Amino acid sequence: MIGGEFLINTLSLGSLYALIALGLVFVYGILKLVNFAYGEYIMIAGYAMFMLGTLTGLPFYVTMVLAVIVAALTSYLTELVAFRPVRTKSFNAMLVTSFAVSVMLQNAVVILISPRARAVPLPPAFNASINILGVVTPLRNVLTIITAVTLLTALTLIMKYTVLGIAMRAAADNFGTTRLMGVPANLVISVAFIISGFLAGTVSIFWVGRSASVEPLIGFTPLLIAFIATVIGGMHSLVGAVVGGFVYGLLFNLLSVTLPASMITYRDAFMFAIVILFLVLRPEGLVRGSYTEERVG
Amino acid sequence: MMTLQEAVAALRKRSTVWMFAILLLVGTLLVSAFAPRVFIDIYTYFCVTLMLVLGLQVFMGNSGILNWTYVGFVGIGAYTSSILSVLPSVKAMAVPNMYPALVELSLPILPAILAGAVVTALIAAIISWPLMRLSDAAGVITLFAMLIVMQVIMTQWDNVTNGPRTFFGIQPFTTVWVAVIAAVVTLIVTDYFRESSLGLRLRASRDDRHAAASIGVNVVAVRYFSFVFSAFVAGLGGGFWAHYITSFSPKAFYVIEMFLLLTMLIIGGAGSISGAVTGAVIVTIMRQTMRQVEGWINNSGAVSFEVYGLTEFSVAIMLILILIWRPQGIVGGRELRLPSLGKRHQASAGADETAEER
Repeated sequence: MIGGEFLINTLSLGSLYALIALGLVFVYGILKLVNFAYGEYIMIAGYAMFMLGTLTGLPFYVTMVLAVIVAALTSYLTELVAFRPVRTKSFNAMLVTSFAVSVMLQNAVVILISPRARAVPLPPAFNASINILGVVTPLRNVLTIITAVTLLTALTLIMKYTVLGIAMRAAADNFGTTRLMGVPANLVISVAFIISGFLAGTVSIFWVGRSASVEPLIGFTPLLIAFIATVIGGMHSLVGAVVGGFVYGLLFNLLSVTLPASMITYRDAFMFAIVILFLVLRPEGLVRGSYTEERVG
Repeated sequence: MMTLQEAVAALRKRSTVWMFAILLLVGTLLVSAFAPRVFIDIYTYFCVTLMLVLGLQVFMGNSGILNWTYVGFVGIGAYTSSILSVLPSVKAMAVPNMYPALVELSLPILPAILAGAVVTALIAAIISWPLMRLSDAAGVITLFAMLIVMQVIMTQWDNVTNGPRTFFGIQPFTTVWVAVIAAVVTLIVTDYFRESSLGLRLRASRDDRHAAASIGVNVVAVRYFSFVFSAFVAGLGGGFWAHYITSFSPKAFYVIEMFLLLTMLIIGGAGSISGAVTGAVIVTIMRQTMRQVEGWINNSGAVSFEVYGLTEFSVAIMLILILIWRPQGIVGGRELRLPSLGKRHQASAGADETAEER
């Protein structure tokens, strides 16, 4: 049953991409920072799993939770050390800072661990297959979908019903006014970075789970995916990021199935050509957010 | 007939360029007369890099748009000039799958480099018009996406570029004198561009694009022509680079190389030619030093493992520190000028400085 397999693959890829994109947009929405270091949080979480998994005898599920925490912490630290001091400077200054942070983290890992890939121990459940209504699929895919649905529900509830969530949504719309209402800027921005790192850590489990290894440049592809998905979905709303993630998952699988074998290597070029077309023709994305050019000052 | 005073004033107005040009030439003389082979190589490479940074400054520094695609244009220039200049017999061996029509092409080296620059500018002219409408985040991501599209094409189109494999067999042409002359010409041309009507309009659009538009600056058109010109310099620099390196692969035109060029421009100060030169000097010195340190650590056996990545790591740290303490760069967006010769020039010099303020 090709249809069912395609559906589950697309849903699983889409939910992973949605989580990746969401992590990027959380920070972009508030700080208007396109965070090039985002992929590095995924990389760091992968290395945390590698270190904890090989050096300590902790069970897999503990190392995974710790890895997510490490990613959130890394994200928070980069905000504290690098992004906070340049927050009031120009758009380009912040962007280049994020890029420098990315290069710095990558090379820190190259220096301290190794430029080569390292095998990450994973629970056997990750490689097991499961039969759903006649479709045989890796359990990993199903876990991805379940995690994504759980996280998206939880985040929706937080953003809708908690004071912090409402403050963050307000800050994404109009930061200046939100601050005037007594919302502390540093807190909102720090929380955005922590959530972004948390999502990156979660993504990392599944991303690393696909190859069971981690290398210093592993964060680059997820970063590109996040760019594409947010551009397609719309950079100015959280819903847009999720929609963009799923649409990108669908497009990716469709291109993989429909492109002739000789063109498959150009798939990335096609994806980015679509990105450019979107930005030129419909810069607000599929989901139109409340557009604002204002940045945090 | 120009009076002496007018001549001095004209020279003073361009003193940045003459100062750097003379320094570069004197440096070449000293290096080629006294320094060992290694330093001549480093100096040659520095001059080529300087060309590339100056070309980056043309668009990025004056428009305020982070030009990610730039290094892709360097690649197009490098590939085009190499395809044109490499002898057909060598090409047939170096790039086995190349289209026969391309294999037969053969030009002398200098015309090949120029043709490479023209082709690069043409490609930029074809693709860039719609991109110039975008600013800020959308602009950055489109230019970044364009870099990735170029990289994919370079690594996959093995009938032209030899795919991800190394393209070799290019004759060395860029000696230290060729490189320094190319760098000095680029210096003069980019400085002229910055002070030209087009450059001024571009800088106006950078500082406030709505205000610039309201006084009749066609922001998209101004950006477009500057972008194409910047791509031309990139292609030219790529050609000289290729004929210095003599073998390269598409990897050389990707994110990490772009990061180094960006760092040079931003550390010095993107807003001015002086900044571009300063940044190129500082980052080159720093990279060479760190490379020595890396080699020294690895050879001394002080640590049990091979140390890699120290160069990029320290460059990244330096960039973050500069962005925190001096986001305008070390030079800070204005041109370095020779100190005034007498009191009489103070007034005009003062006016000049004010004009340079952002």
